[in-house]
Parts: sequence; C-alpha cells; structure tokens
Amino acid sequence: MDALDILFTASFWVAAIRIASPLIFATMGELICERAGVLNLGIEGIMTAGAFAGWFTVYSGGDLWAGVLVAALVGAMFGLLHATLTVPLGLSQHVVGIGVTLLATSLTYFTYRLALPEVTSPPKIEPFQPLPIPGLSSIPVVGEALFTQTPLTYLAFVSVAAVAWILYRTPVGLAVRAAGENPSAVEAQGISVTGIRMGAVAVGSALMAVGGAFLTISAFNSFFFQMINGRGWICIALVVFGSWRPGKALIGAILFAAFDAYQVRLQQISGGIVPYQVFLMMPYALSILALILVARRATYPKALMIPYQKGER
Amino acid sequence: MRLEPKPAPSLAVTLLFPLAAIATTLMLTSLLVLAAGASPLSVFYLVAKGAAGSQFALLETLTRATPLIFTGLAIAVAFRAKLWNIGAEAQLYIGGVVTVLLGTGALPLPSVILIPVIMVAVMAAGALLLLGPAVLKTRFGVDEVVTTLLLNFIVLLFVSMLLQGVLKDPMGLGWPQSQKVIAEAQLPRLIQGKRLHYGFVIALASAVLVWVVMKKTVLGYEMRAVGHNSEGARFVGILVNRTLMKTALLSGGLAALAGFSEVSGLKGNLTLDLSPGYGYTGIVVAMLAMLNPLGVIASAVFVAGIFVGADAMSRAAKVPSYIADVMVATSLLTMVVAILLTRFRIRWR
Repeated sequence: MDALDILFTASFWVAAIRIASPLIFATMGELICERAGVLNLGIEGIMTAGAFAGWFTVYSGGDLWAGVLVAALVGAMFGLLHATLTVPLGLSQHVVGIGVTLLATSLTYFTYRLALPEVTSPPKIEPFQPLPIPGLSSIPVVGEALFTQTPLTYLAFVSVAAVAWILYRTPVGLAVRAAGENPSAVEAQGISVTGIRMGAVAVGSALMAVGGAFLTISAFNSFFFQMINGRGWICIALVVFGSWRPGKALIGAILFAAFDAYQVRLQQISGGIVPYQVFLMMPYALSILALILVARRATYPKALMIPYQKGER
Repeated sequence: MRLEPKPAPSLAVTLLFPLAAIATTLMLTSLLVLAAGASPLSVFYLVAKGAAGSQFALLETLTRATPLIFTGLAIAVAFRAKLWNIGAEAQLYIGGVVTVLLGTGALPLPSVILIPVIMVAVMAAGALLLLGPAVLKTRFGVDEVVTTLLLNFIVLLFVSMLLQGVLKDPMGLGWPQSQKVIAEAQLPRLIQGKRLHYGFVIALASAVLVWVVMKKTVLGYEMRAVGHNSEGARFVGILVNRTLMKTALLSGGLAALAGFSEVSGLKGNLTLDLSPGYGYTGIVVAMLAMLNPLGVIASAVFVAGIFVGADAMSRAAKVPSYIADVMVATSLLTMVVAILLTRFRIRWR
C-alpha cells in the first residue's frame, strides 16, 4: 500500500481515535490542574496507578465500569496527596510531581507483585467491546472512525465537552480559571483558592487515571510494567500545544495519535530499511517540536506554579 | 492554615530533619509490609542486614551508590539553580555510549591517558545533551522538565538502535549489547576480586570538587543566586541565562560520568539495562541531601543500601523488592516536607 493511501482508510482513523482516547482523558486532567495554577507532574505515575487499578478491579471480578470508577478514585487519591503538598504547603510542584510519579509507579508495581506473586505473563481480562452507533457508524471513514469505538472512547469525547462547559460556562469553572490567573481575586469573592486548587487537582488526577485505565480495559486487556511509556509527559506537552483550551488540546491529541498510528504503518511498509527505533522516537520528538513551535505565543496561566498564601500579595 | 517563616535552625537541628523524614518513611512503609503479611521489624532488620551486615553487603552497597553519587550530584547542581534536569537517565546512557565508542579499541592509548580522555569526552557529550533543553528554556521559554523527560525516551531508543546496529557485539549471540571495553579503558577494582571499583573514588572526588565549586567559586555563588531569586540575580548584574548554561553543562557532564563509571568500572559493556532508573533516583538522592554535594555521598549510600538490602530481604521474606522503590519515593516526599518545616512553622488559624 502506498504511504499516502493509508491516510484515507477508515481502519487508520479508527486506530488513531483509539490511540487518542487515553491521551484525551489525561490531557483534560492535566489541563484542569494547570488552569487552576498547579503543574501536575504526577501524571505519569497516576496513569500507571489508574491502568493497574482499573484492570485489577475487572480481574478480581468487578464490572468494567467499576474498574473505571476505582481507577478514578485511586487517581483522585494521588491527586489529593499532590495537592496537599503543593497547595496549602506550597512545596515545589516539580519535586512533588516527580515524587508522586515515583510513588504511584512503585506502589503499583509493589501491589501487582503482591497480588500476583507467581505470574510470569500478565493475566487477561474481557475488555470493553466496540459499540457502533447505529446510523452514524455507517458514514464512510469519518463515521466509522468516530462511531465504531468502545464506550470509554465516547466518554473521552464527552469529558472534553464537559470540561469545556464547566470551565467556560459555570461559576465553578470561572473560579478554577481565576485561581490560575489571579488567585487574590478569587479570595476577594470569598472563595477559597486552596479549596478550588485542591479540588481541581483531585478531579484532574481522576481523569488521568481513567486515561491510564483505558489502556488496560479498553485498548488492551492486561497490565504490563512500563505500559504508560511516557504518555503522561506527552500529555503535558499537549496541554501547552493546546494553549490550555480543551478544544485545541483535543485536536492536538487526535493529530498526535494520527501521527503515532501513521508511524506504525510506515514502519510496516518501510521493510526494515530504517531501524524501527527511529519510528518509535518520532512521537517524543514530535512533542518537543510542538512545544518549540508554540512556545513563543504560549500564554501560560499567570499563576501557574506560584503557590498562594491567603493574605499575601 | 498558614505558613510563618521562622529563623534558620542550627546545623545540628537541620541534620535531624532528614532523620525525621526517614523515620516517617519507615512508619508509612511498614503498613505495606503488614499488608504483605510480614513483620515490619524483621523486614527492616533484613534490609539493614542485606545492606550493611557483612563485608560483601557493604561493598555491594557502595558499588550501587557509585552511579547514584554522580546522578545525585548532577541533580543537586541543577536544582540549586532551579534548572529542572529530569534527564539524568539519558545523560547517563550517552556517557555509556561514548565510553564504548572510545574504549573498545578506537584509541590505542595507555590507561593513564585513555581513561582521562574518555572521561572528558563523556562529560562533553552529557553536557551537550542537556545544553539543548537549557537553550530551549532560555531562548524559547520551553519548559525543560518536559523536554528532558521526553529526551530520556528518545535517547534510550537511540541506544537500542546503536546496540542492534553499529555498536552491536558480533560475538553477542544476537543479544543487544556492545563489545567489552579494552583492558586499558577499564577502571581497576578497589579490592582484588570484589566488585567495588575506582569509579567510587572518582565519585567521592567529584562530590568534593562540586562542593568547592558551589561554596567557594563565583560560578557557585551565581548558580545559588539564580536559583534563589533569578530576578534579583539579574538586578545585581549576574548573567542569568549564561549561568543556567554553565549549570546545564556541569549537571549533564556529571550525570554522564555515571554511565562511564558503570561501563568502565563494573559492567564492561553497554546494555539496555545499564541503569535501573539511576537518573530518576538521583533526584531523591539530591533532595535527601538537601542539595548539598557532600551530603549526596551519604544519601546515595543510604538509598543504595535500601535497594541492595531490599533485594536480599525479598529473597528471605515474601515481600516484593519493589518495597525499596516505594521507600525511596516516600522519603522524597517526607523530605521536602521536612525541609519546609526547617524554614516555616505551620499555624492552624
């Protein structure tokens, strides 16, 4: 098949949307945290914990949706840990974030080994199955790509709409955005900046964990060590690329996923002339490139990474 | 709840805080040991015994501490100037690559010349690798945390490509590994027949040198000033961006030495499992040392001891050795809280 023809096949776009789904969840999660003024570098570890928690719930006999819920709760718990250290205590968001990633990852691996001491190959579960939407799914290419996915992918798109609606159309969203831009103004309204930020980080982290769980209970059917493989860091780049806007970040995630799906197919048709590692490097290199491209016009939330203390100016 | 600044405590009290952080870590992780159905006291005893209970254990701990001293120093230097280098893992691997490139026979030189030449080249390569993210930070405002993190993945894939391509050992039976470095490029063992090698001595010397640079030189002063308050530093005439570049060069060079020391002193060749995350663990080492270069030695030995001890423990008790990673990560978080409490008092209302 020709390298360009791939772009017009439905199966390619179905794969791209599937690859985008975990990124969409986690990018929305990080976006909420950062809009409230907190950089959450715990994302990589929280996704790992979510991937395990979701899978393990289903493996232990739970419902698939119970898996999603447990993952979200585990994520929120790590989010609260992160928020407690960075918001009221005002500790370095860089150091705490890396610490939360190390802790969530190591706790996950510890629990996995404790729960399944003798296992050599990871056990499989019955994951979410594709649920074609009648009518819409028969539209060529676009309909197939968007509407023959699993329920969790549909939820990813719903989460973008929900995040956008809450951020721009509700008082809570206004308070979150203001906490990231001008926290004293929030406090002047009698709203607690600490409360808003902690809530935002908890909810954002829950979304990150669901993104992780997508990998184990929708895209694949088991849990592997190192399966997040830098996706969390890529999501941080996607938030910047999307100028902290849910819609733009969604487009970024889909473009990125399309590129990722494309490199896998190029790898197959290149016939091994180019080492496969070159293709695997591309997503990471692309993320760095995207950061450089948008850096000049990036307008960070003004209070991002600046701790807030009541009564201080 | 609010934080109130308080006067800096005495040195003795300051030294108590890491101990308090470690004590808290032990209490928290003993919950996990209980969950695993073992007794915390006996497990921690086994860890301590496995880390320092015999000459073999102690030498193994010091061997494991060697790369951690290098990466810990790299992070301590960078974080002091608030340059968030999370890419020590990549810099370490590049150090390994350069060691293999120059040390497998390309340069037919006697040991006394060859080893210094390799070290300089290794440091240059690591420095250049971090210079990229540093330039992106100062010129374009791209956050170095994300770029250094992403570079870790890129460099590891690059190394994997080299090990299956140009650096592949023809006698390696298809295994992705490089050739062994020649005898002249090997760091000798400190004690005949044991694993501890001269890399440990180089690591100690580097710690002292870095301490001198940080405390006694203009560069060290500028780095601390930039980290403390970059606007203020600019105001008194410090070239902030240039200082950040120098910091990046020093930090990247130090991290790359970890790769050199592991290849040249311990493993002999480059493989994809050269480092089980020494670059990331270096962050914990540096924070436990409160970014003090001499403290890095002590905290690297401590962290190495946990890993070595936990390996030995998990063979005896039925507790997964990942408990070591949990302990190390927890101690990072308890330590940053402890450091905060040296400077602030928490007022509840």
